Amino acid sequence: MAKRIELNVDGKAHTIEADPDMPLLYALRDDLGLKNPKFGCGLAQCGACTVLIDGEPVRSCSMPVDSIGKGKITTMGGLNASGKPHKVQQAFIDEQVPQCGYCMNGWIMTTVSLLEKTPKPTDAQIEEALTGLKCRCATHVSIMRAVRRAATA
Amino acid sequence: MNSHINRRHFLGSAGALTVSVLLPGIEAQAATFGLDKRPPLDPKKLASYISIRPDGSAIAYFGKMDMGQGTDVGVAQMVAEELDIPASKVLILAGDSGTSLNQGGASGSTGVSHGGATLRNAAAEARYVMLELASKQLAVPMEDLTVANGVITSKSNPAKKTSYGELIGGRWFDTEVEWNGQIGNNLSMKTRAKLKDPKEYKVYGVSEPRRDVAWKLLGTEDFVTDIKLPGMLHARTILPPVAGAVPTAVDEASIKDIPGAKVVWEKALLGVVAPKEWDAIKASRQLKVTWSDVKAPFIDQKELYNHIRNAKSLKGGGATKNVEPAKVEEAFKAADKIIEATYEWPFQSHASMGPAAAVVDYQPNGITTLWTGSQKPHFAGDGVASVLGLKPEQVRGIWAAGPGSYGRNDAGDAAVFAALFSKATGKPVRYQGMRNEGTGWDPKSPASIHTVKAGLDKDGKVIAWHFHSKAFDRLNVSSNESDPSDNLGAQMVGAKAKPGLTYATPEESYAFPVKQQTWEVIAPFLDTANPLRSSHLRDPLGPEIHFANESFMDEVAFATGKDPVAFRLATATDQRDKDVIKAAADKSGWQPRTTARKQIKGDIATGQGIAYAQRNGTRVAIVADVEVNMKTGKVRATKFTVAHDCGVVINPRLLTQGIEGNICQGLSRAMHEEVKFSKDNVTSVDWETYPILDIKERPLEIDVVLINRQNLPPNGAGEGSMRPVVGAVANAIYDATGVRMRQGPFTADRLKGGMA
Repeated sequence: MAKRIELNVDGKAHTIEADPDMPLLYALRDDLGLKNPKFGCGLAQCGACTVLIDGEPVRSCSMPVDSIGKGKITTMGGLNASGKPHKVQQAFIDEQVPQCGYCMNGWIMTTVSLLEKTPKPTDAQIEEALTGLKCRCATHVSIMRAVRRAATA
Repeated sequence: MNSHINRRHFLGSAGALTVSVLLPGIEAQAATFGLDKRPPLDPKKLASYISIRPDGSAIAYFGKMDMGQGTDVGVAQMVAEELDIPASKVLILAGDSGTSLNQGGASGSTGVSHGGATLRNAAAEARYVMLELASKQLAVPMEDLTVANGVITSKSNPAKKTSYGELIGGRWFDTEVEWNGQIGNNLSMKTRAKLKDPKEYKVYGVSEPRRDVAWKLLGTEDFVTDIKLPGMLHARTILPPVAGAVPTAVDEASIKDIPGAKVVWEKALLGVVAPKEWDAIKASRQLKVTWSDVKAPFIDQKELYNHIRNAKSLKGGGATKNVEPAKVEEAFKAADKIIEATYEWPFQSHASMGPAAAVVDYQPNGITTLWTGSQKPHFAGDGVASVLGLKPEQVRGIWAAGPGSYGRNDAGDAAVFAALFSKATGKPVRYQGMRNEGTGWDPKSPASIHTVKAGLDKDGKVIAWHFHSKAFDRLNVSSNESDPSDNLGAQMVGAKAKPGLTYATPEESYAFPVKQQTWEVIAPFLDTANPLRSSHLRDPLGPEIHFANESFMDEVAFATGKDPVAFRLATATDQRDKDVIKAAADKSGWQPRTTARKQIKGDIATGQGIAYAQRNGTRVAIVADVEVNMKTGKVRATKFTVAHDCGVVINPRLLTQGIEGNICQGLSRAMHEEVKFSKDNVTSVDWETYPILDIKERPLEIDVVLINRQNLPPNGAGEGSMRPVVGAVANAIYDATGVRMRQGPFTADRLKGGMA
C-alpha cells in the first residue's frame, strides 16, 4: 500500500506517495526526478547509488524509503547545488578520473564522508573507506590521486 | 578552468527541446544551424563531416564515440590541427545517426586511427575550401594566404585578412568530396589539401582536457539511464531460470495489485512494463511464470577445458600462408627436443558498471528514436528498424553515455528489448536490466585453450614453433548490431542465431625458422538465446592469446638458459617492437635471469615478469612487479612499467590515463574474472559471484613510457595496453615463486595448488 512519506533531499522538503518498501533510489530517481544516483546492482555491492544520510554514505538501492525518518539526504548533484563544485568533485575533475563515470556517486560521496571525519587520511585510511566500491573501467589509480588531492585542497 | 567545468557555454544558448533530454548533441544542434536547414547526410558532401559556426569555431560530426577514454578530445585535436584553430574551438558531435555518418561506432580502438583520420581529412578539405573563398574575396593567390587561429591573412599584404567565421560561419559547405564508398570503420574521404607536415604540429602532443568529466561528477547531464520521455513506461525482462527454457504459462493476475503493471509476452520474450520503475521491478519478481522443461544446456564447469579439448572442431584457420602442415611436422621431427605447454582461459563477462539501458519511442508513421549506450548507435538503429519492421531511415539511433562499455556488452540487447516493448505497448519505453542480467546474460568473452609447442635443435635453438588455439568461436553474436540474428531479444522472438566461425592468432614479430599459428573453433553449448554466447570484450581474445604466447616465450627462454628480455630482443624482428621491449625493461630496472629468482623474505616472494604484443600497429611491452604471499597464495601486483608505441602521440595525458585503466582492468581479468556456470545457467550474476579488482588491489605505481613517433600516423590506443598484462603478471608470478600459471584467473587457490 502506498504511503505518504516525507523526504529532505539536498536541503529541500518533499512529500511522496510510495510503497514503504521501495528503495530510496527509486524515490530519488523516479518520484523526485533526480538523476545522479545510479542503479548499479540493487544489492548494495557496488556503490553507484550512494547518497549521504546525515553525512553517512548509504546505498540507496537497498534502503527502504520509509526507513529514512528525518534524515537529511544529500545526493552528488546536491554537493554543487550552489553552482560551485565541492572540493571532492573538483579534485576528481582536475584528475580527470571517470571513464564511463557511472560509478562516481559511490566514490565521491564516500570520499566526502571520509574527509569530513578524517581530513588528512593516510593511503591506508583511504583504502579502508573506499574498499568494496566498484569501478569497472578500473580508474583506481586516478581515484587515489583525486582523493589525495581533495585532502590537500 | 571554466571551460573545463561547464561545457554549456561552449555550445551557445540552448534552443527549445521537444523532450526533456539533456544531451550535448541535441543542444548543440538546436543552438547552431537548425537541423531542418541541414542538407541530408551524405558521405559525398563535406557538410556531413564538418561545419563552421559564425564565431569561427568548428563542429565535426563524428560517427564514432568516446567511451570515456578521451577519444573525442583526440579527434578534436586532429581537426583543430588541420584547421589551424585551437582544439577548444572544435566541438565533436558524436554517435547520432541523425547528425553523423555511420563511421562504425566505437570499434576496435579505431576512433582516432580511422574515425579521426577521416574527420582530419574533412578539416583539411574545409580549410582548403575556405582558402579558395578567401583567395577570391581578398583577390590574392591561395599560396599567399596563411591561417592562424581561424584568421586568414595575406602574407604579402597583412592588411588583407578575413576569417573562417566571416567566410562561411553559420552556413553549410556545399562542397562535394570523394568518398571511398564504404560505411563503418573504413568510411573515408579524400581531400585536395596536403595534410600538415608533422614538423608544424601545434595541437598534437598537447594534453587537452577531457570534456565529459565535469558533468559526470556534477550530475548535470544525462546518461542513457536518465532519459525520460512523457508517458514513458519502465520495462524489465524475465529471463529463464534454465537457459533455453521458454514461458509456457504466465499468470497475469499475479501482478494485478501493482499499479499499471502489464505483461508483454511474445514467443520466448517475456517482460513487464509499468509507469513507475519500482513497480516494473516488483512485477518482474512477482509474476508467476511456468517455464518449459528443457534439458540442462551446459556441462559441469569442472569439465570445461576437457569439453573444449574433445569437442568437434567446426572450422580451423589462421595458418600462415606458405607454411604447409607437412613442413611444420617435418621441422618438429628434426628437433632434438620438443617443449609444449597448454594454457586455459575462462569465459569472462563485460560486467558493465550498470546493467544496460535503452529508451525507444516507437513511431510507426514517423521517426522512431532509440537512445542507447551501445557502441554502435547507427547499426543498433538499423537493427531496431529490422526488428520493428521499419526501414533503416525510419529509426534514429542516438548514443548517450552508458554504464560502461568494453565491446559488445548487454547494451545491444537492451536496445531491442526497449524497441519490442515500445511497439507492444505503443508507448515510449525505458528498459534497464537488473544486475543478474548485466553479468549473467551479457555476451561473453569465449573460453579457450592454447597449446604452444617449440622444437629445439641440439644447441637449444628454436627451429620450429606452433601456436594453436581451440576455443568457442569469438563472435556467436557479431558486434555490429544491425542484424537481429545477433540480438538476444530478437532471437527470443524468432530470429535465428548465425554463429560466426572465427578466432585469432598472436600479433608479434618473433621469427623462427618454421613458425605456425593456427586456431579451431567449436560449437556453442546452446544455439540461441544463450547466456554463454560469445562476443567481443575489450581487446577481444588478446589477453588470453598473449598470456599463452608470452608465458611460453618465458618457458622456452628458461629451458634454453636465456634471459626473457634478451630472448625476446633476439627473436623479435620489428625494430619498434624491440624498442618497447627494451624501454620497458630498462625503465623497470630489469635484472637478467635464466631461471625463476624466487626472492623470498618471510612469507612474501617478489618477482618481475615481462610480456609484449602488437595490436593493429600499436606495440606495448609491460614489466609487472608482483608480491606473492607464499602462505595464502594471494598475489599483489605492485607496479607496472609500460612502454607504449602507438605512432604519433596526440594527447599524452589522456593516453597515459587510458593505459592506466587498461592495466587495472587487465589486472582484474588476470586475478579475478571467471564466469561461473551450472549445468542450467550462468551463476556469475553479481559482484560477489563475479568479483573484480578492488581499490586495495590496485597497482601502487604505473610507470608509463610513451614512445612518440611524430612522423607516423596514430594507431589505436584504446586496447593495446590491455593485451600483455596477463602474460606479464603470469611471468612475474613464476619469477617470484617458480610456479607456472597455465590457467586463469590467478586466484589464491590456483596458485596454492601450483605450490603444493
